Amino acid sequence: MSVARRSMARSIAAHAVLIAYVLIALFPVFVIVINSVKSRRAIFADPLALPTAETFDLVGYHTVLRQGDFLLYFQNSMIVTVASLALVLLFGAMAAFALSEYRFWGNSLMGLYLALGIMIPIRLGTVVILQMMVAGGLVNTLTALVLVYTAQGLPLAVFILSEFMRGVSDDLKNAGRIDGLSEYAIFFRLVLPLVRPAMATVAVFTMIPIWNDLWFPLILAPSEATKTITLGSQVFIGQFVTNWNAVLAALSLAILPVLVMYLIFSRQLIRGITAGAVK
Amino acid sequence: MDALTLTQVTKKFGRTQVIDGIDLAVAPGEFCVFVGPSGCGKSTLLRMIAGLEDVTSGQIAIGGRQVTDLPPARREIAMVFQSYALYPHLSVRDNMGLALRQAGTPKAEVLASTDRAADMLSLTALLDRRPADLSGGQRQRVAIGRAIVRRPKLFLFDEPLSNLDAALRVATRIEIARLHRELGATMIYVTHDQVEAMTLAHKIVVLRAGRVEQVGAPMDLYNDPDNRFVAGFIGSPAMNFLDAGALGLRSDSLGVRPEHLAISAQGGTIPGRVSHLERLGGETLSYVQTEAHGLLTVRQFGEHDHAVDGPVWLTPDLERAFHFNAEGQRMRA
Ligand SMILES: Nc1ncnc2c1ncn2[C@@H]1O[C@H](COP(=O)(O)OP(=O)(O)OP(=O)(O)O)[C@@H](O)[C@H]1O
Ligand SMILES: [Mg+2]
Repeated sequence: MSVARRSMARSIAAHAVLIAYVLIALFPVFVIVINSVKSRRAIFADPLALPTAETFDLVGYHTVLRQGDFLLYFQNSMIVTVASLALVLLFGAMAAFALSEYRFWGNSLMGLYLALGIMIPIRLGTVVILQMMVAGGLVNTLTALVLVYTAQGLPLAVFILSEFMRGVSDDLKNAGRIDGLSEYAIFFRLVLPLVRPAMATVAVFTMIPIWNDLWFPLILAPSEATKTITLGSQVFIGQFVTNWNAVLAALSLAILPVLVMYLIFSRQLIRGITAGAVK
Repeated sequence: MDALTLTQVTKKFGRTQVIDGIDLAVAPGEFCVFVGPSGCGKSTLLRMIAGLEDVTSGQIAIGGRQVTDLPPARREIAMVFQSYALYPHLSVRDNMGLALRQAGTPKAEVLASTDRAADMLSLTALLDRRPADLSGGQRQRVAIGRAIVRRPKLFLFDEPLSNLDAALRVATRIEIARLHRELGATMIYVTHDQVEAMTLAHKIVVLRAGRVEQVGAPMDLYNDPDNRFVAGFIGSPAMNFLDAGALGLRSDSLGVRPEHLAISAQGGTIPGRVSHLERLGGETLSYVQTEAHGLLTVRQFGEHDHAVDGPVWLTPDLERAFHFNAEGQRMRA
């Protein structure tokens, strides 16, 4: 009985810590969302107050949506994120499969090389990347961003996925080989479905920094036609005046797609996180 | 023409020699079992025959055709794994039919083949289930069924029963023996279980450290081992090795099976003390500690009783004992 009571106390303590963390993590988001529907005066008067009938004002959303390009920015962000994500997952999984499955000269050296990118921030290479993009005529294209983000996401993807793929039964792959499946079929039909939780984990960790990035859009693709939403929101932040209503509204809108994608992946993600613990 | 021929097959992983020049011929319809201690290279050799591991040197022929450089799917073999290795996302029927579909066999034929195999293994009721919804024994039967459906020239089994509990293991062993009789196919079977090897095999290949120690029918190995390793490995409980010098013999060691040691409280050749007794009903095993020969095992049929820690005398049946020289080779009279 004392064991039961002790575990009860422990679970209450754990929940208290987790709830506190959730509150701290959600607080900024909460502040952004409530202030995005308040009038400018109310934002400054009491930033933490909930919107009331008097202070409720959708002017920020009107500004943002009236600014015709906003949908385009949105679309640009979507294209860049989805395309980069798809490429990271595809190439990351393929590289991870090769590293975990085949014995070849320099295998572990290659693995180390690919994992090194996790520790070295890609921004250190910004100048060289810009020079390359200029040379390739890719400045102010979404392709430039997709290429950079793919490179940025690959190291972690290869690292996580190759660990998971090592865990896939060799017998299963060998059974496939004996049954006449090609290496591609083994990869796509046997291995990928089994590492789906890991893929979801990688997807979430890859997607969020890409969606939120301001650096590379600013440097590589600042043109009107290729602006992403984070960069697009900057028009409301002036040197002298900032349209806070619009900024907050734009940020609130920008949270939505990530939230949707996260919900799609999260079921798989939770399975991925607990996969190691259970068993 | 042999169903399987290995010619001077070797395998190195980096610098370690895992398979060291193996020659072997298996006749059509034969049931051949590879046994040996853990790590001796049984699985590696089987995987080389399957084409899952390439050979460092040497030749492999299946049904008279050189397959050394062919991929697994083109060797006309089927393999059953210890871990079952069923495709988790496919139904039992699709698991069994995959190889045929992959080879482009017409649908109706695939269906007929899977139904026939399912019937042989009483799997018909399970055909639409996923592997996750089956018990361990059922999964292994599906894995065997998947092998049968392909009608391979050679069946390969890698410790297929090790994950099953004792009762199921006996039942599945009998099932495999029955299938072998019905199909008349050639089978290569890896195990480290004595009983499986002795009961299933026409031919046992005893491996040690990547070399063949002896090849022969189970009873030939039991009654006429070539060396001390085979003598000690085949038979359970294991053979006793007595210090031949202490007995006034000119060989180095004397191998005596537990049933060929007589035990008596009155008198005999070797004095000792009973250290432990195992009474199994059908037989009685006594473990006797001796001064000159260490711990010896005595097997008597039926029920017997000896006081633990009591003094006893053992007498080896010299007529049925084996003599080995210092290198462990058999000295035949
Ligand atoms: N991929 C590999 N790389 C290096 N060494 C290996 C590899 N695979 C197997 N070995 C080594 O080869 C030897 C034989 O292995 P193998 O799996 O064939 O043994 P086994 O006889 O099947 O043993 P067990 O009865 O335990 O299954 C072992 O010493 C093993 O460590
Ligand atoms: Mg093995």
